[in-house]
Amino acid sequence: MSSIENTLETNSHRHRDDVGAKMGMWLFLFTEVLLFGGMFLVYAVYRFQYPEQFHLAGMELNTTIGTINTIILLTSSLTVAMAITALQKGNKFLSTVLLSLTIVFALVFMVNKYFEWSAKINHGIYPGSKELLEKQNGEILFFGLYYIMTGLHAFHIVIGIILLSVILAFIIRDKIVSNDLVKLENTGLYWHLVDLIWIFLFPLFYLIQ
Amino acid sequence: MSNHDKQHITPYSMYVIVWLGLLALTTITVTVAGISLGKITIFIALAIAAIKSALVINIFMHIKFEEAIFKVFLLVSGMTLLVIFVLTFVDFTYR
Repeated sequence: MSSIENTLETNSHRHRDDVGAKMGMWLFLFTEVLLFGGMFLVYAVYRFQYPEQFHLAGMELNTTIGTINTIILLTSSLTVAMAITALQKGNKFLSTVLLSLTIVFALVFMVNKYFEWSAKINHGIYPGSKELLEKQNGEILFFGLYYIMTGLHAFHIVIGIILLSVILAFIIRDKIVSNDLVKLENTGLYWHLVDLIWIFLFPLFYLIQ
Repeated sequence: MSNHDKQHITPYSMYVIVWLGLLALTTITVTVAGISLGKITIFIALAIAAIKSALVINIFMHIKFEEAIFKVFLLVSGMTLLVIFVLTFVDFTYR
Protein backbone atom coordinates (compact mmCIF):
# COMPACT_ATOMS: atom_id res chain seq x y z
CA MET A 1 0.00 0.00 0.00
CA SER A 2 1.40 3.39 -0.95
CA SER A 3 1.66 6.13 1.62
CA ILE A 4 -1.15 8.18 0.01
CA GLU A 5 -3.57 5.28 0.22
CA ASN A 6 -2.43 4.73 3.76
CA THR A 7 -3.26 8.34 4.66
CA LEU A 8 -6.68 8.13 3.02
CA GLU A 9 -7.32 4.88 4.81
CA THR A 10 -6.54 6.31 8.24
CA ASN A 11 -8.45 9.52 7.59
CA SER A 12 -11.69 8.01 6.41
CA HIS A 13 -11.96 4.82 8.43
CA ARG A 14 -10.20 5.59 11.67
CA HIS A 15 -12.66 5.79 14.51
CA ARG A 16 -12.71 9.20 16.09
CA ASP A 17 -14.59 10.44 19.11
CA ASP A 18 -13.58 14.01 19.86
CA VAL A 19 -16.25 14.54 22.50
CA GLY A 20 -15.12 11.38 24.28
CA ALA A 21 -11.48 12.48 24.10
CA LYS A 22 -12.33 15.84 25.63
CA MET A 23 -14.46 14.20 28.30
CA GLY A 24 -11.51 12.02 29.26
CA MET A 25 -9.31 15.10 29.48
CA TRP A 26 -11.81 16.88 31.71
CA LEU A 27 -12.00 13.85 34.01
CA PHE A 28 -8.22 13.93 34.29
CA LEU A 29 -8.34 17.66 35.02
CA PHE A 30 -10.79 17.01 37.86
CA THR A 31 -8.33 14.61 39.48
CA GLU A 32 -5.77 17.41 39.19
CA VAL A 33 -8.19 19.83 40.82
CA LEU A 34 -8.65 17.39 43.70
CA LEU A 35 -4.87 16.92 44.00
CA PHE A 36 -4.29 20.66 44.34
CA GLY A 37 -7.60 21.09 46.18
CA GLY A 38 -6.29 18.91 49.01
CA MET A 39 -3.25 21.14 49.30
CA PHE A 40 -5.34 24.31 49.24
CA LEU A 41 -7.38 22.75 52.04
CA VAL A 42 -4.27 22.21 54.17
CA TYR A 43 -3.24 25.78 53.38
CA ALA A 44 -6.68 27.15 54.36
CA VAL A 45 -6.77 25.33 57.69
CA TYR A 46 -3.25 26.38 58.71
CA ARG A 47 -3.75 29.95 57.55
CA PHE A 48 -6.88 30.04 59.69
CA GLN A 49 -4.87 28.67 62.60
CA TYR A 50 -1.79 30.91 62.24
CA PRO A 51 -2.98 34.11 60.49
CA GLU A 52 -0.21 36.38 61.86
CA GLN A 53 2.61 33.96 61.12
CA PHE A 54 1.34 33.33 57.57
CA HIS A 55 1.22 37.09 57.15
CA LEU A 56 4.79 37.43 58.42
CA ALA A 57 6.12 34.65 56.19
CA GLY A 58 4.14 35.87 53.17
CA MET A 59 5.80 39.28 53.40
CA GLU A 60 9.12 37.59 52.55
CA LEU A 61 7.94 36.45 49.12
CA ASN A 62 8.72 38.57 46.08
CA THR A 63 5.42 40.09 44.90
CA THR A 64 7.00 41.56 41.77
CA ILE A 65 8.27 38.22 40.46
CA GLY A 66 4.90 36.66 41.34
CA THR A 67 3.05 39.35 39.39
CA ILE A 68 5.36 39.00 36.38
CA ASN A 69 4.82 35.24 36.37
CA THR A 70 1.05 35.76 36.59
CA ILE A 71 1.12 38.00 33.52
CA ILE A 72 3.36 35.50 31.68
CA LEU A 73 1.00 32.59 32.40
CA LEU A 74 -2.13 34.54 31.44
CA THR A 75 -0.47 35.54 28.18
CA SER A 76 0.65 31.97 27.48
CA SER A 77 -2.97 30.87 27.95
CA LEU A 78 -3.98 33.48 25.38
CA THR A 79 -1.42 32.25 22.84
CA VAL A 80 -2.38 28.57 23.19
CA ALA A 81 -6.07 29.46 22.84
CA MET A 82 -5.32 31.54 19.74
CA ALA A 83 -3.19 28.71 18.31
CA ILE A 84 -6.36 26.57 18.24
CA THR A 85 -8.35 29.27 16.42
CA ALA A 86 -5.48 29.73 13.96
CA LEU A 87 -5.36 26.04 13.10
CA GLN A 88 -9.16 25.82 12.87
CA LYS A 89 -8.99 28.63 10.32
CA GLY A 90 -6.33 26.66 8.44
CA ASN A 91 -3.47 28.98 9.31
CA LYS A 92 -0.85 26.39 10.23
CA PHE A 93 2.06 28.85 10.28
CA LEU A 94 0.39 31.24 12.74
CA SER A 95 -0.61 28.28 14.88
CA THR A 96 2.99 27.03 15.16
CA VAL A 97 4.21 30.57 15.93
CA LEU A 98 1.62 30.96 18.70
CA LEU A 99 2.45 27.53 20.14
CA SER A 100 6.17 28.31 20.08
CA LEU A 101 5.43 31.56 21.93
CA THR A 102 3.52 29.58 24.54
CA ILE A 103 6.55 27.35 25.06
CA VAL A 104 8.83 30.41 25.33
CA PHE A 105 6.52 31.95 27.96
CA ALA A 106 6.56 28.67 29.89
CA LEU A 107 10.37 28.62 29.81
CA VAL A 108 10.54 32.24 30.99
CA PHE A 109 8.20 31.31 33.84
CA MET A 110 10.61 28.55 34.86
CA VAL A 111 13.62 30.89 34.66
CA ASN A 112 11.84 33.35 36.97
CA LYS A 113 10.99 30.49 39.29
CA TYR A 114 14.64 29.48 39.34
CA PHE A 115 15.75 32.98 40.38
CA GLU A 116 12.95 33.22 42.91
CA TRP A 117 13.75 29.89 44.55
CA SER A 118 17.53 30.37 44.49
CA ALA A 119 17.12 33.73 46.23
CA LYS A 120 15.06 32.02 48.96
CA ILE A 121 17.50 29.13 49.26
CA ASN A 122 20.45 31.56 49.45
CA HIS A 123 18.71 33.24 52.35
CA GLY A 124 18.66 29.84 54.02
CA ILE A 125 14.92 29.33 53.60
CA TYR A 126 14.23 25.84 52.31
CA PRO A 127 12.51 22.80 53.84
CA GLY A 128 14.49 21.51 56.79
CA SER A 129 17.03 24.35 56.81
CA LYS A 130 18.41 25.50 60.16
CA GLU A 131 17.17 29.03 59.64
CA LEU A 132 13.65 27.91 58.77
CA LEU A 133 13.40 25.51 61.70
CA GLU A 134 14.23 28.36 64.10
CA LYS A 135 11.09 30.19 62.97
CA GLN A 136 7.59 29.78 64.42
CA ASN A 137 5.36 26.84 63.45
CA GLY A 138 3.09 28.89 61.18
CA GLU A 139 6.03 30.23 59.20
CA ILE A 140 7.56 26.76 58.78
CA LEU A 141 4.18 25.52 57.52
CA PHE A 142 3.83 28.48 55.18
CA PHE A 143 7.18 27.86 53.54
CA GLY A 144 6.62 24.10 53.43
CA LEU A 145 3.33 24.69 51.59
CA TYR A 146 4.95 27.33 49.42
CA TYR A 147 7.63 24.91 48.24
CA ILE A 148 5.35 21.91 47.73
CA MET A 149 2.51 23.82 46.04
CA THR A 150 4.51 26.11 43.76
CA GLY A 151 6.91 23.19 43.21
CA LEU A 152 4.15 20.83 42.09
CA HIS A 153 2.78 23.63 39.95
CA ALA A 154 6.21 24.20 38.38
CA PHE A 155 6.41 20.43 37.73
CA HIS A 156 3.15 20.77 35.81
CA ILE A 157 4.70 23.60 33.80
CA VAL A 158 7.62 21.32 32.87
CA ILE A 159 5.20 18.59 31.74
CA GLY A 160 3.28 21.28 29.84
CA ILE A 161 6.46 22.34 28.01
CA ILE A 162 7.05 18.72 26.93
CA LEU A 163 3.41 18.26 25.86
CA LEU A 164 3.31 21.54 23.93
CA SER A 165 6.57 20.64 22.16
CA VAL A 166 5.18 17.25 21.08
CA ILE A 167 1.99 18.91 19.83
CA LEU A 168 4.03 21.52 17.97
CA ALA A 169 5.96 18.74 16.21
CA PHE A 170 2.64 17.02 15.34
CA ILE A 171 1.31 20.22 13.76
CA ILE A 172 4.51 20.79 11.79
CA ARG A 173 4.27 17.22 10.44
CA ASP A 174 0.54 17.59 9.70
CA LYS A 175 -0.40 14.93 12.25
CA ILE A 176 -2.73 17.50 13.75
CA VAL A 177 -4.75 19.38 11.13
CA SER A 178 -7.63 21.86 11.11
CA ASN A 179 -10.37 19.20 11.14
CA ASP A 180 -8.60 16.86 13.56
CA LEU A 181 -7.13 18.86 16.41
CA VAL A 182 -8.52 17.36 19.59
CA LYS A 183 -4.97 16.63 20.79
CA LEU A 184 -4.15 20.31 20.52
CA GLU A 185 -7.40 21.23 22.26
CA ASN A 186 -6.74 18.82 25.12
CA THR A 187 -3.21 20.12 25.57
CA GLY A 188 -4.71 23.60 25.63
CA LEU A 189 -7.11 22.47 28.36
CA TYR A 190 -4.20 21.14 30.42
CA TRP A 191 -2.31 24.39 29.98
CA HIS A 192 -5.31 26.48 31.03
CA LEU A 193 -5.67 24.34 34.16
CA VAL A 194 -2.05 25.07 35.07
CA ASP A 195 -2.89 28.75 34.61
CA LEU A 196 -6.05 28.34 36.69
CA ILE A 197 -4.14 26.85 39.63
CA TRP A 198 -1.67 29.73 39.49
CA ILE A 199 -4.60 32.20 39.61
CA PHE A 200 -5.24 30.91 43.13
CA LEU A 201 -1.63 30.31 44.20
CA PHE A 202 -0.69 33.89 43.36
CA PRO A 203 -2.97 35.81 45.75
CA LEU A 204 -2.69 33.18 48.49
CA PHE A 205 1.11 33.18 48.64
CA TYR A 206 2.40 36.40 47.09
CA LEU A 207 -0.26 38.92 48.04
CA ILE A 208 -0.42 38.51 51.80
CA GLN A 209 0.14 42.03 53.11
CA MET B 1 -18.24 12.82 10.94
CA SER B 2 -21.12 14.96 12.22
CA ASN B 3 -19.49 16.06 15.44
CA HIS B 4 -16.34 17.20 13.63
CA ASP B 5 -18.16 19.55 11.28
CA LYS B 6 -19.96 21.67 13.81
CA GLN B 7 -16.85 22.82 15.64
CA HIS B 8 -17.16 26.25 17.20
CA ILE B 9 -14.39 28.66 16.26
CA THR B 10 -13.77 31.28 18.92
CA PRO B 11 -12.70 34.55 17.29
CA TYR B 12 -9.25 35.95 18.19
CA SER B 13 -10.89 39.17 19.38
CA MET B 14 -12.84 37.35 22.09
CA TYR B 15 -9.65 35.75 23.43
CA VAL B 16 -7.85 39.10 23.42
CA ILE B 17 -10.73 40.79 25.27
CA VAL B 18 -10.73 38.04 27.92
CA TRP B 19 -6.94 38.34 28.23
CA LEU B 20 -7.22 42.12 28.77
CA GLY B 21 -9.91 41.47 31.37
CA LEU B 22 -7.63 38.99 33.16
CA LEU B 23 -4.76 41.50 33.16
CA ALA B 24 -7.07 44.21 34.51
CA LEU B 25 -8.25 41.89 37.31
CA THR B 26 -4.62 41.05 38.12
CA THR B 27 -3.84 44.76 38.42
CA ILE B 28 -6.83 45.23 40.71
CA THR B 29 -5.92 42.30 42.94
CA VAL B 30 -2.28 43.48 43.29
CA THR B 31 -3.41 47.04 44.04
CA VAL B 32 -6.03 45.99 46.57
CA ALA B 33 -3.46 43.79 48.34
CA GLY B 34 -1.36 46.95 48.91
CA ILE B 35 -4.18 48.67 50.78
CA SER B 36 -4.80 47.29 54.23
CA LEU B 37 -8.46 46.44 54.52
CA GLY B 38 -8.01 43.93 57.31
CA LYS B 39 -9.85 40.64 57.05
CA ILE B 40 -11.81 41.56 53.91
CA THR B 41 -8.60 41.54 51.82
CA ILE B 42 -8.50 37.75 51.51
CA PHE B 43 -12.14 37.61 50.44
CA ILE B 44 -11.63 40.29 47.79
CA ALA B 45 -8.55 38.40 46.54
CA LEU B 46 -10.51 35.12 46.36
CA ALA B 47 -13.51 36.79 44.70
CA ILE B 48 -11.22 38.22 42.00
CA ALA B 49 -9.53 34.82 41.58
CA ALA B 50 -12.99 33.26 41.17
CA ILE B 51 -13.95 35.78 38.47
CA LYS B 52 -10.65 35.13 36.67
CA SER B 53 -11.27 31.35 36.84
CA ALA B 54 -14.76 31.80 35.42
CA LEU B 55 -13.29 33.71 32.47
CA VAL B 56 -10.59 31.10 31.87
CA ILE B 57 -12.99 28.13 32.20
CA ASN B 58 -15.77 29.63 30.07
CA ILE B 59 -13.80 31.16 27.23
CA PHE B 60 -10.23 29.81 27.17
CA MET B 61 -11.33 26.31 28.16
CA HIS B 62 -14.34 26.62 25.90
CA ILE B 63 -16.89 25.37 28.44
CA LYS B 64 -19.42 28.01 27.41
CA PHE B 65 -19.60 26.41 23.95
CA GLU B 66 -19.47 22.72 24.99
CA GLU B 67 -22.32 20.27 25.41
CA ALA B 68 -24.30 20.33 28.66
CA ILE B 69 -22.61 17.18 30.00
CA PHE B 70 -19.32 19.11 30.41
CA LYS B 71 -21.07 21.71 32.53
CA VAL B 72 -22.55 18.95 34.67
CA PHE B 73 -19.05 17.47 35.11
CA LEU B 74 -17.72 20.82 36.20
CA LEU B 75 -20.57 21.41 38.63
CA VAL B 76 -20.16 17.99 40.24
CA SER B 77 -16.42 18.38 40.73
CA GLY B 78 -16.79 21.95 41.99
CA MET B 79 -19.44 20.86 44.47
CA THR B 80 -17.29 17.93 45.62
CA LEU B 81 -14.45 20.32 46.38
CA LEU B 82 -16.81 22.72 48.16
CA VAL B 83 -18.26 19.92 50.32
CA ILE B 84 -14.74 18.78 51.28
CA PHE B 85 -13.81 22.35 52.28
CA VAL B 86 -17.02 22.99 54.23
CA LEU B 87 -16.91 19.65 56.08
CA THR B 88 -13.24 20.12 56.99
CA PHE B 89 -13.88 23.61 58.34
CA VAL B 90 -16.91 22.47 60.31
CA ASP B 91 -14.78 19.71 61.83
CA PHE B 92 -11.92 22.14 62.48
CA THR B 93 -14.13 24.79 64.09
CA TYR B 94 -16.15 22.53 66.40
CA ARG B 95 -13.41 20.12 67.35
